[in-house]
Amino acid sequence: MTAHQLRYLSLTDDDRDAMLAEIGVSSVEGLFADVPAGVRLGRPLALEPALSEPELAAHLAELAARNVPASEEISFLGAGMYDHYVPAVVDLVMSRGEFLTAYTPYQPEMSQGVLQAIFEYQTAICELTGLDVSNASGYDGTTVAADACYVARHATGRSTVVVAEAVHPQVRQVVKTYAPGFGLEVVEVPQRGGVTDPDEVAGAAREAACVLFQHPNVFGCLEPAPDLAAAANDAGALAIAHVDPLSLGVLEAPGRYGCAMAVGEGQGAGNPLAFGGPHYGFLAARADLIRRMPGRIVGETTDADGKRGYVLTLQTREQHIRREKATSNMTTNQTLLALAGLAYLSWLGPRGLEEVGELCLGLAEHAKSRLDLPLLFSEQATFKEFAVRVGRNAEEVVREARAHGVHPGYPLRRDYPDMDDALLVCVTEKRTTEEIDRLAEVLGR
Amino acid sequence: MTETWGPEPLLYEKSRPGRRASSLPSPDIAPASVPEQLRRARPPRLPEISEPELVRHFTALADRNFGIDTGFYPLGSCTMKHNPRINERLVSLPGFRDLHPHQDPGAAQGALELIWRLQEILAEVAGLPAVTLQPAAGSQGELTGLMLMRAYFEDRGERDRDTVVTADTAHGTNPASVTMAGYKLAKVATDARGNLDLEDLRRLVDERTVGLMLTNPSTLGLFDEHIEEVARIFHDAGALLYYDGANLNAVCGISRPGDMGFDIVHFNLHKTFSQPHGGGGPGGGPLAVTTALEPFLPVPAVVRDGDGFWPDFDRPKSIGKVRGFYGPFGVFVRAYAYIRAYGPDLKGMSETAVLNANYLLARLRDAYDLPYDRVCMHEFVLSARNLKREHGVSALDVAKRLMDYGFHPPTIYFPLVVPEALMIEPTETETKETLDAFADAMLAIVDEAADEPEALRSAPHVRPITRLDEARAARNPVVRYGFGEHAPSGPARRPAQIEAPKGA
Repeated sequence: MTAHQLRYLSLTDDDRDAMLAEIGVSSVEGLFADVPAGVRLGRPLALEPALSEPELAAHLAELAARNVPASEEISFLGAGMYDHYVPAVVDLVMSRGEFLTAYTPYQPEMSQGVLQAIFEYQTAICELTGLDVSNASGYDGTTVAADACYVARHATGRSTVVVAEAVHPQVRQVVKTYAPGFGLEVVEVPQRGGVTDPDEVAGAAREAACVLFQHPNVFGCLEPAPDLAAAANDAGALAIAHVDPLSLGVLEAPGRYGCAMAVGEGQGAGNPLAFGGPHYGFLAARADLIRRMPGRIVGETTDADGKRGYVLTLQTREQHIRREKATSNMTTNQTLLALAGLAYLSWLGPRGLEEVGELCLGLAEHAKSRLDLPLLFSEQATFKEFAVRVGRNAEEVVREARAHGVHPGYPLRRDYPDMDDALLVCVTEKRTTEEIDRLAEVLGR
Repeated sequence: MTETWGPEPLLYEKSRPGRRASSLPSPDIAPASVPEQLRRARPPRLPEISEPELVRHFTALADRNFGIDTGFYPLGSCTMKHNPRINERLVSLPGFRDLHPHQDPGAAQGALELIWRLQEILAEVAGLPAVTLQPAAGSQGELTGLMLMRAYFEDRGERDRDTVVTADTAHGTNPASVTMAGYKLAKVATDARGNLDLEDLRRLVDERTVGLMLTNPSTLGLFDEHIEEVARIFHDAGALLYYDGANLNAVCGISRPGDMGFDIVHFNLHKTFSQPHGGGGPGGGPLAVTTALEPFLPVPAVVRDGDGFWPDFDRPKSIGKVRGFYGPFGVFVRAYAYIRAYGPDLKGMSETAVLNANYLLARLRDAYDLPYDRVCMHEFVLSARNLKREHGVSALDVAKRLMDYGFHPPTIYFPLVVPEALMIEPTETETKETLDAFADAMLAIVDEAADEPEALRSAPHVRPITRLDEARAARNPVVRYGFGEHAPSGPARRPAQIEAPKGA
């Protein structure tokens, strides 16, 4: 065997010979006797040659160098993924082999570290959202929305889902993709002046399982969230808020204004951008929905000696026990990224979370005042994102600004064709007033 | 060892008002606030803790966890192989780590090229021409595959098809995915040699059949000897075949699912291609499909146009999106790097995995019951029913006792067709010395079962906790810290029956 082949393997030639002798076959070939001749490949895989570790490092470095990351330009790009600061303590969690290289904690005696950390994560998500139960994470901020709709369908026995048009387009798209299999019909409520009208929601929700809205919404605008939740509740539908975890130090928790569930994208809270993944989605719910929750849930109990311990619980909801009657097919989730989220939220603490929210809010307001451009929705309060009208095709403006080292934001025309000149500007706590000045300068050209 | 493992308090118990680990900028800007009626009334009770204490907490929790980096982890069907460290370094390159998914494609060419290259590789390994990397996990790949089947048949006007066939040895995800996709389930039995029962299959498959979901090699670790006939039965009925790639580690470069007759294949990048499992995730569940199914794949596709690589949203028959953006990109970086380290000799990886499994089987076959006596592939299933019958020692007891020997237990009580199942997957990673040490422990446990069964029933003895009362956890769920009302530790109780079997 060559060094390339050997480096992730551990058997010597002598080992192989001794093992084949113990098995009683003369060659490795003999171990594949059950594979019918007609389905054998019979040629080497047509893959590029193996690379040594230094060659591999150089090859990937070359690919990475052909990208322009947020760290190499002044970036005001958001629209679902955010350039928030990731503290160094997160690196510790991500790099400990005992977390990184463990499987799902099926054997609690071997997995108390991950199980306790998930329990702590669930607590943090419950605290953020003002709800009673959180799962151990979902795939991302889009799939948890579909999961929540599935929960609502079974909790209410109704089959219509009302989704605000001001929900992130990818979230809406994933809900729509899942809907036929779930036996759900999706009804959209249009945005009016950048927000959702509670009266329209009340009308649409009459026979609905749930109402899904995003707050702050895709335009960065603050929704009349308590009124939307009330409209859903009055119609007997479950209110589901899609929330930005970084906003929940300044914005009220969804559980406190009548939401039955809260979901969201965890990326901004402790995960790097990573070209869109992997990240974690969170899903929290009221206590009465606990046995309909999808995914893993960790519970506290005691061992044979009375010591406190943690274990995957309510597993009779899950696919490996209930099979076709499970509440979800989920096995792999995003535990490590969720633990990064826990480390991040613990790093912030309650005061830090509020400060980050206030910084985003303050810097975004500062940017609004510095940019000499009309707001798309001037009546609305916003959080860390706001839409401006640049007076011409926003894609062109992005192209020109990037040539000056500034990514000015997201052209909303990609999702909302009638918003041709709208640019969604995102200002996180990482942006400085100097960088905002630079944005104003570049957009003012 | 146990004395170093005192209880680690919860973060919330360590919290003290006024402590914090974070420091943030204070720019010279006017303060801003949100409208009063939307403002948070009471702050979330996140931990208030200093950085040194935060570091010690996560270090203490890591100490109470076991990963592949700690030791042998033969968890059947989970492919717990070594996770190369170089891959962690590569995924942290700023050009990958800090790249925004909305970045202009022209400024993300390296990332898009990596995606395209991985698509090409997976197509070759699967023996199928078109690939999407979007699904976030194997189970999401399954659901996506079923959505593709639905779209395909609707496009053909075949709307009466409503039933998906799965094996009685299938992972629980298969039937769960069938339900989530809105289909009915039919189960095919396993024959005496561990293959699908062809008679049963012929009875089940008709014009209402959507398709088959199958793991091959199966969860018994056996390659289906009639796979060509199985494919013929479904294709003759106009139905499709879905390959659950959980066990692909056995056959890379040896036999391709496309050549076996499968129309849709999912990969578990966190199994076969070494994405670390992270205590439960992240993973990746890409699909490879036939040309006939390609138009229905999620958007965007990533295509090559001359020297450039671009997202293509113009797929009018697409099912839509199953996840945000392109999928879990960081997982792609690791999987791509892993495959490039092997090149065409991925076959050597699979051969070694199969060799290791057969060696362990050879060493253990006489001490435990072997329900299907065949050459195994990358894993095998033993039964502890002999120990149960003779000494009252269960597969669970064997698993717990293995912890005292320093090993992570195998998967137990799965697949369901084998009573007292012990499903063992050593992977290609291990030395002969490790395999021998594990076999020695398994054999020693057989002797212990006869001589001191109580020691097995009370195992493990060297972990931070002993067996947990899982029934209590499920009956009165405590799923978050209760702050003022939280009990520091529960009352002493006798161990209760575990709630449910464990499986992959």
